[in-house]
Amino acid sequence: MTTATSVADVTDIKRQAKPGERRFGPARIAAFSVLLLMALTWLFPFFWAVVTSFKTEPDAASGRISLIGEGGISMQAYEKVLSEGNIYIWAWNSLWTSLVITVITVAISALAAYAFSRLHFRGRTTLFFAVIASIIVPPQVLIIPLYYEMLAFNLVDTPWGLILPQIVMAPIVLILKKFFDAVPIELEDAARVDGAGRLRVFLSVVLPLSRPILGAVSIFVFIQAWNNFLWPFIVLNDTLLMTLPVGLQTVMSAYGVEYAQVMAQAVLAALPLILVFLFFQRQIVQGVATTGFGGQ
Amino acid sequence: MSMAPQTAHPPLPAARAGATEPAAPITAEAEASARQARKKNRLVALAFLAPFLVAFLLFVVWPMLHGFYLSFTNQSLTGAGGNFIGGGNYAEAFSDPKVWGSIRNTVWFTIISTVPLVIIAMAMALLVNTGLPGQWLWRLSFFMPFLLASTVISQIWSWLLDPEIGLANEVLQTLGFEPVAWLQTPHLDLISITIATVWWTVGFNFLLYLAALQNIPEVQYEAAAVDGASRWRQIRSITIPQLMPVTGVVFVLQILASLKLFDQAYQMLGGVSSDTSRPIVQYIFEAGFVGYEFGYAAAISYVFFALIVVVGIVQMTIVNRRKGE
Repeated sequence: MTTATSVADVTDIKRQAKPGERRFGPARIAAFSVLLLMALTWLFPFFWAVVTSFKTEPDAASGRISLIGEGGISMQAYEKVLSEGNIYIWAWNSLWTSLVITVITVAISALAAYAFSRLHFRGRTTLFFAVIASIIVPPQVLIIPLYYEMLAFNLVDTPWGLILPQIVMAPIVLILKKFFDAVPIELEDAARVDGAGRLRVFLSVVLPLSRPILGAVSIFVFIQAWNNFLWPFIVLNDTLLMTLPVGLQTVMSAYGVEYAQVMAQAVLAALPLILVFLFFQRQIVQGVATTGFGGQ
Repeated sequence: MSMAPQTAHPPLPAARAGATEPAAPITAEAEASARQARKKNRLVALAFLAPFLVAFLLFVVWPMLHGFYLSFTNQSLTGAGGNFIGGGNYAEAFSDPKVWGSIRNTVWFTIISTVPLVIIAMAMALLVNTGLPGQWLWRLSFFMPFLLASTVISQIWSWLLDPEIGLANEVLQTLGFEPVAWLQTPHLDLISITIATVWWTVGFNFLLYLAALQNIPEVQYEAAAVDGASRWRQIRSITIPQLMPVTGVVFVLQILASLKLFDQAYQMLGGVSSDTSRPIVQYIFEAGFVGYEFGYAAAISYVFFALIVVVGIVQMTIVNRRKGE
């Protein structure tokens, strides 16, 4: 989905005090306190998950409110999860399938977006409208016929059955087309006068200029693929093919009330995305703010 | 920190198709060559579009059409059935209390989740936008949950809200209250899921608001300050009115997102199917993959799709009327 095309840098709010406002007035202190309280509230569930994951199972199940249980800080839950479960396999499945989805999605979307932006052919408007209109179709509406299709292709319970239905992301085409529209055409004309074909121009002039936007959409496609639940849950049955979200869901019920282990898993599963966020905070925040992409 | 590795992949199939084309002619010397050029343009465009279009046809257009066809058959997941039965599935759906119940649950969840998801996001953005120190921390705490998988957030909240040993009940009991079965009590379960959802996704709306706030020109505040307007007055008369367009966008996106409720409800309720909490997407899933009634599930999918389209059209009309005023 695309929203206002704001380009303000939300990662760089430098403004200190607004006019008519004191640097350390009571209003500012009140605002700060409210904000801090909200931030702590939002961080708390993470914090509690981490605290629980370092308890022994009896301590976690005791129900007593404590930061450190009677058994002290314990690595038991992590040891158990890492030695017994399939968490490595699921993480690997998630990683490689999400990367493949990202590469294919961004590649085919960029090519199509370039055609919609620059090439003239009959039916361009109609076709583009059809692609954009498909954004209104929720993926949930397609699960029944898609499953049927995957049965016909013999792709149920295979990695490609997982990957292929996820490579069509119309919002990405729209975002990239808007970006290409804004690239000065003179740059391309210069290259074409020199005899470069369309593909040459696309690869060596347009793509290099588009690195930031391609990076931003890649991060989003990756996160979306990594977190996707419904389709992988439906199309995969083999435990060894499952992605992390689907795999973890199967053990949530299996472990029952072994909450230290469940929380250790949750923390391990959250860790990669927390790292991605810490590394790419600026791109992610800016990407959401400018494209409005990523609505769940 | 460069993201180059992910950006420079040469697109695969079209790359080869396009590469066989010689350079396009720049000047049309004659009518014939102009026609030739147009034909070639078409081929080049087709080469660029082909990979996406093939995927689009296979995984969006065809399933859309085929799903619509399936909704008029008694197709079963087991392969049985498949006969055309006219509008039978739709007739059944409209007299199925589970369909109406799941629509009611979905709409109710959409209402009780959208309101806090808009108001809290706006409050967060207004506070953060005052430029208070700790920007990095605010963004991390409010937006981070949004990036996590539904499984992770469902596990964390199932633990916090566990009826026996969850923290929420331990705190209540310490304060002398009775424990509450957050996720096991009809009606309350959907509210508990709403709380978890607000925590999970508010960060997205927060960022949309933050971007909009950054776009309000500073001079407006300066002028207001010169005129002696208080900070609160400035927020009321400058900030809030200018946030109206983005509020419209946030509402539209949020309502459409909330109507698609499934992941966290399904997981936090442990896959239990109850008439007071089952969202419509879950009923599609159950009809198709638990009950094996693919034709019927396809019909419910289209009822759901109709709901989305109607809501979308109503929203567009409201937004456009606002713009017209």
